[in-house]
Amino acid sequence: MAEEQPLLKVTIDNITVEVPAGTTILNAARQIGGDVVPPAMCYYSKLQNSGGKCRTCLVEVSKGSEKDPRPMPKLVASCRTTVMDGMEVKNITSQRVIDARNGVVEMLLINHPLDCPICDQAGECDLQDLSFNHGKDGSRFDFEKRVFDKHTLGPHIQLHMTRCILCYRCVFTADQLTNKREHGVLDRGDHAQIATYIEKSLDNDFIGNVIDVCPVGALTDRTFRFKNRVWFTKPVDAHRNCSKCCGEVRLWMRGDEVFRVTARKDQWGEIATASDGKTGWICDECRFEKKKTSDWVIEGPTKVNRQSVIAQNKYVGLVKPPEFLQEVMDGTKPRYMLDIHSVSGVNEPEIRLDLIDGPAHSEDFKIADEKRKELEQ
Amino acid sequence: MTTLTDRAKPVNRKPMTFLESIYLWNIFLGMIITIKHFFKKKATVQYPEQTRSYSPVFRGVQILNRDEEGRERCTACGLCALACPAEAITMEAAERMPGEEHLYREEKYAAKYEINMLRCIFCGFCEEACPKDAIYLSETHAPPAYNRKNFIYNKKDLLIPDPVTQPEEYAQAKGLREISKKNK
Repeated sequence: MAEEQPLLKVTIDNITVEVPAGTTILNAARQIGGDVVPPAMCYYSKLQNSGGKCRTCLVEVSKGSEKDPRPMPKLVASCRTTVMDGMEVKNITSQRVIDARNGVVEMLLINHPLDCPICDQAGECDLQDLSFNHGKDGSRFDFEKRVFDKHTLGPHIQLHMTRCILCYRCVFTADQLTNKREHGVLDRGDHAQIATYIEKSLDNDFIGNVIDVCPVGALTDRTFRFKNRVWFTKPVDAHRNCSKCCGEVRLWMRGDEVFRVTARKDQWGEIATASDGKTGWICDECRFEKKKTSDWVIEGPTKVNRQSVIAQNKYVGLVKPPEFLQEVMDGTKPRYMLDIHSVSGVNEPEIRLDLIDGPAHSEDFKIADEKRKELEQ
Repeated sequence: MTTLTDRAKPVNRKPMTFLESIYLWNIFLGMIITIKHFFKKKATVQYPEQTRSYSPVFRGVQILNRDEEGRERCTACGLCALACPAEAITMEAAERMPGEEHLYREEKYAAKYEINMLRCIFCGFCEEACPKDAIYLSETHAPPAYNRKNFIYNKKDLLIPDPVTQPEEYAQAKGLREISKKNK
């Protein structure tokens, strides 16, 4: 049996932590948690070989190790650099790192269309958070942004290549989760794009997970497309017996309608470990086809970070005042003067947005409008 | 007894003289004050024949804006509803179909857009939040109504007239501000 490895001491932003050999600086920082954790756009702990591409996790190593205390000359990508004993790392305490990160964000946004008002990822987008924290007000890029022809990956996945930052997370997901890989990055440089070779559509059972790993809005769920903003839906943890996957998911609901099903995410925005100890990837059947409340056993509302926009309008510990009208009126039920559906066209019972396969179109609303007119007559 | 302020005056409790008791002099003094007001500028206007102009920063009823080509600017991003402290705004989005490019500016648009004017507090946060210049608070106040129903404003109530297909209505709606600019 191998000898037990001694733990290595590493100091990140003056906080010392002991980690086993082979741990990256990023993972050591995640053990500390809080503000010292470098942001990561491409690194995904649940995917092998991910990381090293986006350069947002750059840190300064001010002391290489106990044996060789020279600092590293350049900033290093913390997701790919393993710790040494006695290493000292500066993340938020180093102005160099902050400047470099601002530069990286500016570069990532060069070709990004910044169409957050349309994008379904807005509200849970890593790039949005990153540019909010590190971005500049304006762009110095005077040229036309690159554009791509529209491309859909299979019936359920919408690709917006203009938003892609080429993190390769989806490629690793497709490679490591599915039997036959049909999807990857084609072309080079500015023309590099994720696509399927010769218009193959993706019908693997686990390919839907590329939506969850995508840090931006390049890959989004077509069954949720434009239906609602993320922060107006209510996240709920639920499970079902699934023969293919763990079946532990997060439902995004409006009232009783299930608008979207995603895997559960942990504090780093990565797919959380399921109760069986494996990574909680979910299959496409759970993700795209089970859009009824009756399909699921609901465990309870998801705990949402208070700083997240998703927490808005969700009142924790809400106590509704007791209905006293019936008591006061000697048991007679109050007659409501206004049925909201008779006035409001939003959230009409006739239009079940959750059951529409893709995004809603003007046709879907027209049918309901005609029905309403008939009712009025 | 100590007084609370030094402005307190002791009440004169002397019985009135004959001249004082017929009040003529005091009535005359009072009338002078009244008559003075005839020659002052009036604080009121004869509404509705006369109307007062609104302040340029007045926040009135919302409108949904169109661009120069008459396409709706709103993309249903939900930021107005998010910013709204009274939770008065609701919407439902839809995807623009091929052939609808002349109606909607962006790929996604608000198929339904409603403001509950009973809830609205005219704070103007929706205007501030809008990334697309789509919602503005106009210079007219929300009209009164007898019925609760009439306070749910939908897209038909909020959208401005199309400058391409309805130029006259558009000019009229643009209205007062342009006229007042010209008069200056």
